Amino acid sequence: MHIRIKYLGQIVEVTGKEEETLEVAGGQVSDLLDVLNSKYNQLKNKDFQIAQNQELVSLETELTGFEIALLPPFAGG
Amino acid sequence: MSDKKPKNVFREGPISSDFIGNSIYKHQSKTSIGAHNIFLGQVRADDIDGKTVSAIEYTAYEDMANQKFHEIRESAFDKFDLTCMHIYHSLGSVKAGEICLFVFVSSPRRKVVFEALEYIVEAIKADVPVFGKEIFEDETHQWKVNS
Repeated sequence: MHIRIKYLGQIVEVTGKEEETLEVAGGQVSDLLDVLNSKYNQLKNKDFQIAQNQELVSLETELTGFEIALLPPFAGG
Repeated sequence: MSDKKPKNVFREGPISSDFIGNSIYKHQSKTSIGAHNIFLGQVRADDIDGKTVSAIEYTAYEDMANQKFHEIRESAFDKFDLTCMHIYHSLGSVKAGEICLFVFVSSPRRKVVFEALEYIVEAIKADVPVFGKEIFEDETHQWKVNS
C-alpha cells in the first residue's frame, strides 16, 4: 500500500523533508518504523509519537493506508 | 453554543492586543454573561546556557491540531456551564513578549470560568500537536517541550 508520511517539528531536521509517500507491504506501525529507522539513522535518537489518520496509535496498530505522522513532543501555548 | 465542525484556531504571527480587546468588545451584546476569564500565553525570553530566546517559530500538524482543539471545546462545554469559548494559537514567528495563545471563556457565573480556563489550557498543552522552535539571539535554536 502507499502511505503518505508527514514529519513535524524537529523530525524534519532528521528526514530533511516534511512529507513523502512510501510503498510498504502493510503490517503494523512497527514495520513502517523499521523502514524509516533504516532510511534515517538519526531517527532512533528522537522522541516522538505516531499518529495514523490523525489519531495517536501504538506500535502494534495495523497499518490502514491512512496518513501517518511522526509527532515530536508538543509545545503549544 | 458548541459548533459541530472544527474551526481553524491558528493565526499567522502574534495575537495582537487589538484583536484581544476587540474580542472582549464583541461580547457586550451577550448580556447573559456575568464573568469572562482570559488566558494569554506569552513567549518568554528564557536564558538557556547563556543564550537568550528571542522568538519561537510555531508549526503544527494542523488538521489533527484543529480536531484536538475541537474535542477540547466540546469536552469543556460538556463539563462546564459556558456561554461561549474562543481559542486562538499562533503559527510562524512570535517574538519574546508577544502573545502566542489566547483562550477566552464566558459564563453567567465566575466560579465556572476559573475552572474551565485551567482545564482548557492544560488540555491544549498536553494534547494538541503544536511544535515550537526556540530561536536564540545568535540565530541558533532548540526545540521547546511543554513541561
